[in-house]
Order: sequence, then C-alpha cells, then structure tokens
Amino acid sequence: MTELIRVEDLRVVAGDERGEVEIVKGVSFSLKKGEVLALIGESGSGKTTIALALLGYARRGCRLSGGVVQVGEHDMLALSEQQLQGLRGNRVSYIAQSAAAAFNPAKRLIDQVVEGALIHGLGARAELQAKAIGLFRDLALPGPERIGQRYPHQVSGGQLQRVMAAMALISDPLLVVLDEPTTALDVTTQIDVLRAFKRVVRERGTTAVYVSHDLAVVAQMADQIVVLNGGQILEQSATAPLLKKPSHEYTRSLLAAARPDTTIRPPCGIAEDVPLLTISGLTAGYGNKNMQGMPSIRVLEDIDLTVRRGQAIGVIGESGSGKSTLARVVAGLLTPALGGLTFDGQPLGGSLSERTPEQFRRIQMVFQNADTALNPMHSVATILSRPLKMYFGLKGAALQTRIDELLDLVRLPRAMAERRPNELSGGQKQRVNLARALAAKPDLILCDEVTSALDTVVGAAILELLRDLRQQLGVSYLFISHDISTVRALCDDIVVMYSGHKVQAGSRQSFAEPPFHPYTDLLIHSVPELRQGWLETCGTACDALPTVGERANVPELCTFLNRCPVRIDGLCNRTAPSRRTLDNGGEILCHHDSAQLLNTQQGVTTMTLGAYA
Amino acid sequence: MNNLIAKSKPVSSALALAKASSGPSWLGLVGGVVCVAWLLVALFGPWLAPHPVGEVVSDNIFEGFSLTHPFGTDYLGRDMLSRVLVGARFTVGLALVAALLASTFGTGCALLSVVSPKWLDEIISRIMDAFISIPSKMLALIMVSAFGSSVTLLICTAVISYIPGSFRVARSVAVNIEALEYVQVARTRGERRLYVACMEILPNMLNPVLTDLGLRFGYIVLLLSGMSFLGLGVQPPDADLGSLVRENIGGLNQGALAIIIPALAIGTLTISVNLLIDYLSSRRSRRTGGH
Repeated sequence: MTELIRVEDLRVVAGDERGEVEIVKGVSFSLKKGEVLALIGESGSGKTTIALALLGYARRGCRLSGGVVQVGEHDMLALSEQQLQGLRGNRVSYIAQSAAAAFNPAKRLIDQVVEGALIHGLGARAELQAKAIGLFRDLALPGPERIGQRYPHQVSGGQLQRVMAAMALISDPLLVVLDEPTTALDVTTQIDVLRAFKRVVRERGTTAVYVSHDLAVVAQMADQIVVLNGGQILEQSATAPLLKKPSHEYTRSLLAAARPDTTIRPPCGIAEDVPLLTISGLTAGYGNKNMQGMPSIRVLEDIDLTVRRGQAIGVIGESGSGKSTLARVVAGLLTPALGGLTFDGQPLGGSLSERTPEQFRRIQMVFQNADTALNPMHSVATILSRPLKMYFGLKGAALQTRIDELLDLVRLPRAMAERRPNELSGGQKQRVNLARALAAKPDLILCDEVTSALDTVVGAAILELLRDLRQQLGVSYLFISHDISTVRALCDDIVVMYSGHKVQAGSRQSFAEPPFHPYTDLLIHSVPELRQGWLETCGTACDALPTVGERANVPELCTFLNRCPVRIDGLCNRTAPSRRTLDNGGEILCHHDSAQLLNTQQGVTTMTLGAYA
Repeated sequence: MNNLIAKSKPVSSALALAKASSGPSWLGLVGGVVCVAWLLVALFGPWLAPHPVGEVVSDNIFEGFSLTHPFGTDYLGRDMLSRVLVGARFTVGLALVAALLASTFGTGCALLSVVSPKWLDEIISRIMDAFISIPSKMLALIMVSAFGSSVTLLICTAVISYIPGSFRVARSVAVNIEALEYVQVARTRGERRLYVACMEILPNMLNPVLTDLGLRFGYIVLLLSGMSFLGLGVQPPDADLGSLVRENIGGLNQGALAIIIPALAIGTLTISVNLLIDYLSSRRSRRTGGH
C-alpha cells in the first residue's frame, strides 16, 4: 500500500437560513507516503475546508456531505466524533496560520508542545520533553534546551510558528496539515521557517498537505500541486511541470499575479519636478513623552522624504519598521516629536486640529484592511457621498452622477451603490475604499498595504487600477508595502525602512541590481522565486554572521548591526554610519561604499551557488 | 417521483436548519408580545380596572380565583386585578423612563469622552467612577429620607444610580470602535467630533447598548420594587408591583394569588424585555454581517 492518503469525490456543504450551498464539489486526489501535496487557490476556493476534512473536521455551519477520506487505515468520514478525537493531534495533526492565536499565553511552550501527546498517552513526560528538544533542534530554534521554558510572548513570530510545528510533529503523525503557516510572517522570517519545515519534513519522511495561496512558497515545499477554484480541482500535477507548463488558464493567471512587477510597470513621465510633500528630519513615536518631548518608544528616526507631484513613492520594510507610522504621521493621526512636514509649499500641521479643510481634502488615506476601513452600517452610496457633500457640497443629481463616476472609475457596477460593505467581496471593498479616497479629488493618496490582505489575482487587479488612476488623474502615492515586487510594479522611487530608519532610497531602476544596502539585499533575496530549488540556493542568512565586539555606547549606531552579513568589527559597532550615494544614484545609510557592496553581494550569490552546484 | 424525492432531500435539511436558527426569533416574538401587552396595560390599565384602586370590594381577604375577582383579593379585600392593572403603570412607566434616561445619558457621556481630548475623558471617567462606588439601594434610601418619596425623585434616583454602569459599558465599546480604521478615515477627512461620534461610532455600538438597556430596565424594575417593598417607593393608595408583593406578604404562607400575581408580573416583564432586546440586536447584527 503506497497510497497513504486517498480523497475521493469529497463534498462539503455550507448551510444557512436560505439553504445549503456546496462549497467543495467532488474533489479527488491521493498522496504517497513521504510526499508533500499543496492545495493552492484564492480565498473561498475551499482549500482550507478540504484540508480540515482530512482531519475529519468541518467548520461550524459546514457539513461533510459525501465522498471518501482515507488516511492510512482510517476512513475519516466513517468515524465517530470520539474516535476522531483520538486521532487528531495523534495520527493527524494541524499547523495553523496564526501561531500567536494558537498558543495559550499562560503556559510554557514545552508544556504545550507535549500536552497533546500526553493526552493521547504516547509516552512519559520526560521522554516526550526530550523528543521535543530534539525537534526544536531540527527546526533550528535557538537554544533548543531552554526555549521550551519560555512563554509564547517571549519568542518571535517565526520561532513560534516553528514551535507549533514541533507540537504537530511530536506524535509522529501519519499526516500533517499546514494551513498557510508562513502567510502572516515577514519574508525574511518566512525563509527561515520554510527552511526548517522543509528539512524536518524531508528528514522525517513526513507526509504533509500544505495549504497556501502563494505559488512561489508552494514551489519550494511541494511534490504535488492541486490548483483549486470554487471548490473544484482545476489542475493537478507534479510541481515542476505545473510551473513550467500550466495547462489551465487559471493557473497561468496565478503564475502571472504572483510577481506583479513582471507584468505591471509604472507609467512614465507623470511625475513633475515640483515637490508636493516634503518630510524633513521627522522623528515620531508612541508612549509617554520625556522632558525634551521625545516619546518613550521611538518608531521613526530622522526621516527625510520628498514626494513630487504625480510621483509614486514606495516604502518597504518588515513589520515594526515604522512604515505604517510614517503614513499615520502624514495623515495627521500621530503628532511628530521633531521635524516638519511641508505640503505644496505650506507647512502641514502635525495634529489634525492644525490642518485646514483644504489640506484634509488633498491628502487621503487608504487602509490595508478593507473590512474595518468601511463602516458596516453605511451603504456604499453613503460612504462615497460623505466626502462629496463635505468638500464640494454636492447634492441631488450632481451627487448621484459623481457617485456613478467614482464607481466607474474603480470599475465597480453602479448597482453596488445600494449595498452594504458586508455584501461585497474583499477586492470590491478595497475598490470602494479607493473610490472614497478619490471622491475628495486628492493630490496625495497614502496607501497602507492596500493589496496585502487580498488574494494575489485580486491584488494584481487593484495594482493595475492604481497605476491607471495615476495615469488618468496625476495623483501622487505614498505606497506602503512589505512586498518589494508590489512596490516595483507601481512606484518610481523606493524607500527601504528598517526599525525606523531610512536605510536606502533610490529610483526603481537602482533596485534592479546590486549594489544594495545589506538589508535591502536580504529583503530582495528573501522573496520566494517561482522555481523549484530556490530555497536551497537563495544564499541568504545561511552563513554565520561575522563576529563583532561589544557595541559602543553611541546612540546612532546602525540598527541593522545584529543581522548584517557584512558588518565590520571596530567600525559598525563603534561609529554611526553615514549617508552615502551609490553609483546607480541610490542613497544608503551604511559604512560600505558602492564598490564594497557590489563585491560582497555578487560574491555571496556566486559562492553559494557554487557550494550547491 | 423518485427524482422529486431525491431533489427534495437537501431542502428538508435546509428547513431543519432554518428551524434551528428560527429558535431565537420565536422567543423574540414571545418577548415582543408580552412587552406590548405590558405597555398596553401601562397605558390603558386604569380604565380597564373594574374597581377603583383603593376600594374594598370583598369581605374575604386573600381570596383565590373567582369570576368576580379573577386575581383574587388582597390583604384588605381589595380587587387584585384592578390593583395590578393600575400598579403596572408605575412599574413599567417609571422603569422605562428611568432606563431610557440612564442609557441615553450614559451613552452620550461615553461618546463625548471618547471623541474629546484626554483631559475631559479623564474628568468624566473619574466622576462616573465616583458614582459607581455608591450602592444603588443606599443612594435611594438616602434620597428618599432627605427629600421624601415622589415619582420624580424615584426616577432621578434610578437614573443617577444606573448612569455610571451604562457609561462604562458604552465607553468600552466606543473605545474599541474609535480605534477602527473607518473612524480614523473619518478623522483624517477632517470630520467634526460630533459627526464621528453620531454617524461613525454610535450606529455600530447600538447592539451592546440596547442589550445593556434591557439589563438596566430589569435592574430598575427590581430597584423600584425593592424600594416599594421597603415602603419607600410609590405611596398608598397607589401601588406598583413591588408594593403589591410587600403588602400581601402575609398571604405567603397560604400561597395566596395576591402575592403570586404581582411577583409573576415582575418576572414576565423583565424577562420579556430581555428576550425582545436580544432578538432585536441579533437581527441588527445579522443585517450588518455579524459583529
């Protein structure tokens, strides 16, 4: 018996007051022992529902209505709830997307890791703890003997995700279901977690089902890929042929949307040479202010930035880099501690009460999460009409015409105006969100991760819309994202932030090839590529970092020092880095100059390639 | 025929589902009917009453059910039906007015404190904290002993004792909503505080506030009944439901209708109001996609 998992004609229905809807429509696949199968598709494609069905579980309101799910010797759909309880966390286990929500904050990690195995009576506590420590070591967790003694909030998100993997693997399950395990992580963290997962899965010969919406991630992990849409299998094949020669139209669109910068380019010649927004020496943060008026937690340090009229500037960085705070300061939601803002020649007040109605109109903000950015009690028409009434005093027919125009502009049917936000899909909500910002006829739109919560295909469509709007209306963007390829698709200039500092700034072209700031280099090389074997050869963070001595007590030391692969003892940990200009016109905050960086960055790539060849 | 049956199968399970989910709305309907009935009694009770409130109509005290006196007679031989019909106006009316006032005022203060600068929020919150530390019964006793019992005073007492609780609940809800992005968008649009409070925050906090209103109504009925039970509430010959229980306490050992009926009346009133409000808020949240 080589087939470990067999799913045949699986059907799942979801029911509400109005009746039942089939959300998984006869899905069949099988998987051999030791293989990894990926379920890929956008939200609503049924990928998580199918993955949960492998555990014999249906979410509330759903019902497994037909088919066969065979895991090893167990027929999951025929078992009683009690028998299933005996299997879950024992023979089949699950790794959820949000590790932070999956752990009990009041218990030590090690106790939670062995808890399931103890309940199932798989061994004595001491024995299981030793096994857990072995797993921690395999998962490349720092200090495997001691990390179990910590509480969930004392380790990072990527580490917690790996601890959850240990929890799932401790019972040596027949099948592990990984449900978007790296989606909530930064790219630089994701790469470590993926490496750890891959090694454990390969070494232990674990059979796994990997649920994801990201083809590039899946390409690294899976042997088989199943492409789903609307609860049906569109395409199913081994990873290599699927990536090279997708047979279905939908798979091709997924491949195209995975890297928007390959298909979408910013329009040329829109930006004028007139500064619209100038940020100079900006320092801001949260918490109580000290005697000098400096906040206790500083999130932004000495930021200089100029947005020209019609220009799109991309700000990238990982979570905690201060990129969203920058948008909040420009929007007036957070008062800066130092530094000033100038908007179209006029000083821009730090707090909302210091701004003029005209400034409010000309700067609009679009938030990441369209679910919470639209008031659920207001209809789309109400949402759009408010800025129109407020800024332009429109009424009656003129108001209606303008609402229709706005809906046309963001390519939504006019009939949507009567709907409430909960009756719209994620992409539609984000379009309404944009339309509301456009209603004010702004000069500058602050986009805070506007595509991050959307599926890749939907996100690519929004990006295209943003690009076209810029071409049509000549509006400027301050576009914030954690994804460099999204930024490259839309923006003329890119700014890289790391823990509140602007570490690199330059034109889009200067980000195409080295030299980069060491952090930018890490960021660019952490974005998964759409080819198998990328994970093994990408060559970031593999090598031990050069050792440096103790940090000197200089406040302005490089913030990237702890993670920098090219740090220099005696220089980086002693003196503050200075801003320098690269040969390609970019500006970085680093001790290295253009030639040195070029040398190391090209060197690293070829060296690692050589090591694996 | 077979085809039909095969097709009708999912429909039947859909019906079963619909039935399961219609459970709360059935309860809501019951709550609604009872509430409306009580409201009608409060409005028209005095005209429906067969006898004047204070008139002694029978020689027998604590009489059981009879056709002439369907609810029996009380400890003086007065008609219980008339006394309940008249008493309901005090309980329902007083409690409704007091609960509405307390909730409106509490929610208003909460909205004000959420959209206003931090110092004003601090002042409002601390004043409310000071009020919340006074036990409601104690406050009521002091008020009555200082100013004498009257309907206005009873309403004032109930309102003052229940504003802080209502404020606390409403404020905690409003603070969470204020942090949501659509409120931030409104603020960066340059909206005035009043608009943000009334149009963006208030509609989204009505569910918990309505539920809270139902709870407060129940508490106030109990507070007023408690006051009347102590003889400090509505003064004779008028009586609210609480005083009816107190004055007929002597019939407790006989299981007299005169004590069971007003007690039941208080129970049905508070329970039905809560059922109705639960139903209303669940319908609202379904309409907006669940919150």
